[in-house]
Amino acid sequence: MMGGETLLDKIWRDHVIRDFGDNTYLLHVDRAFLHELAAVAFESLKNARRPILSPELTFATVDHLLDTTPGRGDDTIIPNGKDFIQKLRAGARETGISFFDIDTAEQGIVHVIAPEQAVALPGTVFVCCDSHTSTIGGLGALAWGIGTTDIEHVMATGGIVQTKPQTMRVNFTGALPRGLTAKDLILHLIGEISADGGNGYAIEYAGPVIEQLGVEERLSICNMSIELSARLGLIAPDDVTYEYLAGRPYAPKGAQWDMALSYWRSLPSDPSAQYDRVIDIDCSVLTPQVTWGTSPEHVIGFHDHVPDPSQAETKREQASMSRALDYMELKPGMRIAGLPINAAFIGSCTNSRLSDLRAAAKVLEGRKIAEGVMAICSPGSAQTKRLAEAEGIDRIFKDAGFEWRESGCSLCMSGGAGGERFPDHARVVSSTNRNFEHRQGRNVKSHLASPETVAASAVAGRIAIAEHQ
Amino acid sequence: MERKPFRKLTEIAAPLRRLNVDTDAIIPGAQLLKVTKGGFGQGLFYNWRYKENGEEEPDFILNKAPYQHAKILLAGHNFACGSSREVAVWALRDYGFRCVIAPSFGNIFYSNALKNGFLPVVIAEDDVERISDEVEASQGAGKVTVDLEKCRVVSPGGCEYAFEVPENYRQAMLDALDPIAATLRFKDDIIAFQNRDRDRRSWAYFGPRKIDDDSFNMGDV
Ligand code: SF4
Repeated sequence: MMGGETLLDKIWRDHVIRDFGDNTYLLHVDRAFLHELAAVAFESLKNARRPILSPELTFATVDHLLDTTPGRGDDTIIPNGKDFIQKLRAGARETGISFFDIDTAEQGIVHVIAPEQAVALPGTVFVCCDSHTSTIGGLGALAWGIGTTDIEHVMATGGIVQTKPQTMRVNFTGALPRGLTAKDLILHLIGEISADGGNGYAIEYAGPVIEQLGVEERLSICNMSIELSARLGLIAPDDVTYEYLAGRPYAPKGAQWDMALSYWRSLPSDPSAQYDRVIDIDCSVLTPQVTWGTSPEHVIGFHDHVPDPSQAETKREQASMSRALDYMELKPGMRIAGLPINAAFIGSCTNSRLSDLRAAAKVLEGRKIAEGVMAICSPGSAQTKRLAEAEGIDRIFKDAGFEWRESGCSLCMSGGAGGERFPDHARVVSSTNRNFEHRQGRNVKSHLASPETVAASAVAGRIAIAEHQ
Repeated sequence: MERKPFRKLTEIAAPLRRLNVDTDAIIPGAQLLKVTKGGFGQGLFYNWRYKENGEEEPDFILNKAPYQHAKILLAGHNFACGSSREVAVWALRDYGFRCVIAPSFGNIFYSNALKNGFLPVVIAEDDVERISDEVEASQGAGKVTVDLEKCRVVSPGGCEYAFEVPENYRQAMLDALDPIAATLRFKDDIIAFQNRDRDRRSWAYFGPRKIDDDSFNMGDV
């Protein structure tokens, strides 16, 4: 092969247990993370009389089904949630894996806590039974979501059968305008190359803009790789990454840390490495992004107008846009700015980390949310919540009129988080990753945006951006 | 779940003429709450099959004769995009489908399907449309054949379309092999790799434990 190796190539080759030919491999898995929706895996393995090969490399938490209201326990709004939580707990106890239970200091949305606890590390292969596992790529790991059958396979064999994806490099260049966030970058990219634009690829995000982002923002970008239909997203680890990880609970210590560090430093793609596709995005002209439709690709700049389906390139696209407009109760040519909203949500594995809460708090400080708006914040982890409270961020949210919840998936997915949902037909501005029909409640119209935009909109009672944006 | 070998089937096919059907639409969150791997058929396309008041939605394809007996789904581009919830595969399977034919799939769904012995067939968009047109013209009476041995789809009118499936999955489906058993044929490779790796990248492990044959047997841990 001409040229050097990409970040993906390097991590991949160091994990190959067996090469099956036809681009399919048995790969070693460094970390497997479960949440309660995968509780069935324990039973399934037990019935097949198969032990977990490496319990110490297997982790679990509760995030999807449990309530996020204060004082919560195993009972969930949705009838069977408790079943999942208790089966997961029992399975974890019996097999001796690490389990971050409700009301432990480590609990949280799996994609938030894995980096926070340094369970996830650069250069590792990390899998979890949830599509947004791509988040972890922000640390320079190969991380992707798998199904229950696969997680059982990983638990029983320590490996996973995978085809090697094609590689795409997205270079974010130019200077990032003030107030523009990681969320705006990734939403814009999805709008540019479509919700199918990354299909099958491993996307490496690179360029000067990425290098300047903190780890939490990198995680937000990689999180939405899945909204591009990519297999995974990743960003080369650098000093920002190492500084973030050093000293965290599951990070290597002492001599092990030094060994890890010298290995990690060898991982960034060689300058001569080739990619199957390369895209350049000039960030200097971007404005805050807001979705108007029912796919993350239905996104426009804050000052733009809702597009006209008759301008679509294909008939099918036209049909999909018209359907989205109907569902969202919007008309072509309308401005997205100023659209009245009923609710606002800050949370989810995309934007619920400390930096997100700080950014939103800056907008909310000294302000009140508009009359009649329901506003909810669910920090991504118990630790994030604790740290935010130590800084007084919870006060700012509460004083503004936000509900301040426990951590979990919460209102990211109705019926997912113990049945929490927005009222039927509500129009919501949300820091989450999916604006699918009915995702946040029956006929709920979700507009995806950055935490800053969500906070500013909550205050205005209509879609708005912060003054500094 | 007992696996059935998949070789060839000739069945009623339902054209679902929608793009980017996501896993939330296939099985809404509220429908996936069971700690089992079975019985998800009722929740399939729940918000499309039923009205808000719980009545059947008569216009939805799977509520129309003879499509309620379909075993093959003809779907649009990017079918089952969205989440990794494997329940999307189980719901289709539990409902009675054995195969989805589409121009492209969400890729987690695609691999989940293969691992569950549920066949995702990729053929060109125009070809899916043509088959759907033929099916609709016959009001559902014309059956579609999916032949995994020959990797061919045959339309009601007899047009043949070739498709590809990764060979290791094709074999596993033909033989009804469970994926863990298939991998454990290479147990020695796993042991050798991990014990070497535990020295080479010790920072990625928690302690010096080594694995051996017994690590794969109940009673070891
Ligand atoms: S926060 Fe939302 S997107 Fe993230 S893991 Fe939970 S349900 Fe999925």
